[in-house]
Amino acid sequence: MAKNPFPLSKEKLLDAYRTMRTIREFEERLHTEFAKGEIPGFVHLYAGEEAAGTGIMMHLTDKDRIASTHRGHGHCIAKGVDVKSMMAEIFGKAAGACRGKGGSMHIADLSKGMMGANGILGAGAPLACGAGLAAKYRGDGGVGISFVGDGASNQGTFLESLNLAAVWNLPVIFVVENNGYAESTHRDYAVAVDSYVDRAAGFGLPGVTVDGTDFFAVYETAGEVIKRAREGGGPSLLECKMVRFYGHFEGDQQLYRGKGELEDIRANRDCIKLFASRIVEAGVVTPKELEKIDREAAQLIEEAAAFAKSAPPPAPAELLTDVYVSY
Amino acid sequence: MARKLSMRQAINEALDQEMARDPTVFIMGEDIAGGQGGQGELDAWGGPLGVTKGLYHKHPGRVLDTPLSESAFVGAAIGAAACGMRPVAELMFLDFMGVCFDQIFNQAAKFKYMFGGKAETPVVVRAMVGAGFRAAAQHSQMLTPIFTHIPGLKVVCPSNAYDAKGLLIQSIRDNDPVIFCEHKNLYGVETEVPEESYAIPFAEANVVRDGDDATIVTYGLMVHRAMDAADALAKKGIECDVIDLRTLSPIDWDTVLDSVERTGRLVCVDEANPRCSIASDVSAKVAQDAFKSLKAGIGMVTAPHTPVPFSPALEDIYIPSAAQISEAVQRTMGK
Repeated sequence: MAKNPFPLSKEKLLDAYRTMRTIREFEERLHTEFAKGEIPGFVHLYAGEEAAGTGIMMHLTDKDRIASTHRGHGHCIAKGVDVKSMMAEIFGKAAGACRGKGGSMHIADLSKGMMGANGILGAGAPLACGAGLAAKYRGDGGVGISFVGDGASNQGTFLESLNLAAVWNLPVIFVVENNGYAESTHRDYAVAVDSYVDRAAGFGLPGVTVDGTDFFAVYETAGEVIKRAREGGGPSLLECKMVRFYGHFEGDQQLYRGKGELEDIRANRDCIKLFASRIVEAGVVTPKELEKIDREAAQLIEEAAAFAKSAPPPAPAELLTDVYVSY
Repeated sequence: MARKLSMRQAINEALDQEMARDPTVFIMGEDIAGGQGGQGELDAWGGPLGVTKGLYHKHPGRVLDTPLSESAFVGAAIGAAACGMRPVAELMFLDFMGVCFDQIFNQAAKFKYMFGGKAETPVVVRAMVGAGFRAAAQHSQMLTPIFTHIPGLKVVCPSNAYDAKGLLIQSIRDNDPVIFCEHKNLYGVETEVPEESYAIPFAEANVVRDGDDATIVTYGLMVHRAMDAADALAKKGIECDVIDLRTLSPIDWDTVLDSVERTGRLVCVDEANPRCSIASDVSAKVAQDAFKSLKAGIGMVTAPHTPVPFSPALEDIYIPSAAQISEAVQRTMGK
């Protein structure tokens, strides 16, 4: 076996691969199920973006909190939320992560530091500041991570949060997952600055842009900014330039994309394929080891889907529970 | 031991005592200390009307002045609450809800339900409400009904210093998000307030005057107008129950219904605009549950369906008066 040139042990590399494959299988399964009419409501898929969530989350523990987006399944899986409970939630079942009362856009597990996917774009940024504030107040070394897309990077909540985090020197990382499209509108139309590094500078915090399809670029840069935040060095903005394999939501025909664009990103910018090639070509893992993980991920998602489909819906009495702690 | 305290002092004392009792309690808002970053005094203001004065030096690191960024800091308070803290965020004027409402009604109010019961958000948002301060349309509103409409929020609006202290302490200890509404024209009004800490439970209205002829239901500053009206009516031989709701969500329906079942007449008084107000809410509940007890149509005295005007000549007639309340009660008696 060749010497490992990567910043992660072989075991950790396989963990990263497993997380990314699990997300991909999960999202592709949802794509299929949605097309069959099995899933109620809106679903926004993270396929194509796995390297970003995975590369960042590998630096976190349960005491670190993330505030996610409407495209939150990948963040949940990478943060350790149980896949079966996620699938059941998306199918609207009582065994779901939120007892079927949240759905795809609101999966949360506070015990894992997952403060929720969020149906309101940009709304997670102030919440992540609150997580950072709580960590700083307690002095427990935790960090808050705010995820937004390139679209929500224009929200007032996000921009106010950059300033607040800088003013209070909070341990918060603002991750901009720039997949090039805010729904159907291209990033270059809707974001006035060319570089998010410039936008961060305008708010008095360091910014860095990485190729979000390159797991290692994300992993290493996220490690630096998270370490700095933990050590009291304050907030940072991390832009991950990435690609979205499916539409804004399921059912989106993606007529706004250029000719051949989707084929090109799937062929040349698939973060999982790129990651697999790197680690196989370096001789650190074998294709067989990856294939085993592929099979296991597929099996896990198959079981999760079967579980979700056969699980009972919430009882009617659930309509009225958990509005308040006490009322 | 009780002494006379203004509502401003009572609120300050509640914050002080709760911060001393529980290390997870901290307060944040614009200029709640004041003077940050300048060359003059720190705690220069202690809040725009001096409510938090003195707490900055008493509780180092726990009185956080914020940038003028209501979405960011109210959201940060909510996020910190979801992470185990008990923040009290001061929104200054409740009118500013327009620039942070998403954090309150789509985030804090919904976490418990939307996350399947697994999240708790013990945050308090304090804010000034009400007209009479010559502060015009964007600093004077009584927006309580907007918050009572939202499941997941609790809404409190005290009428006096004693209640303000006990209800704020309860709000901070409560495990749900609470909107705590402070009428700016009551800050200077004094009542007896015990020095020791005490909590007033929610959904326990206060019957501040007893009478068998009619029931007046209200809250906040209007409790004082209703009492003035009841005094005037007593001179005419009409005795009123005056009910101070104290908390608007949850609300003490039993006390309201029991009273109306006895008096048979109801006047709802609300400083809010009339449509979908606390007054219309109470009217609907009584019409639904105590219709047979009613001897007359329900009276409502509210602000008109207009913004709050600036000119004192107009603002004074915008705010419901004791005379209007008195007339409304007499109408229910066919007079």
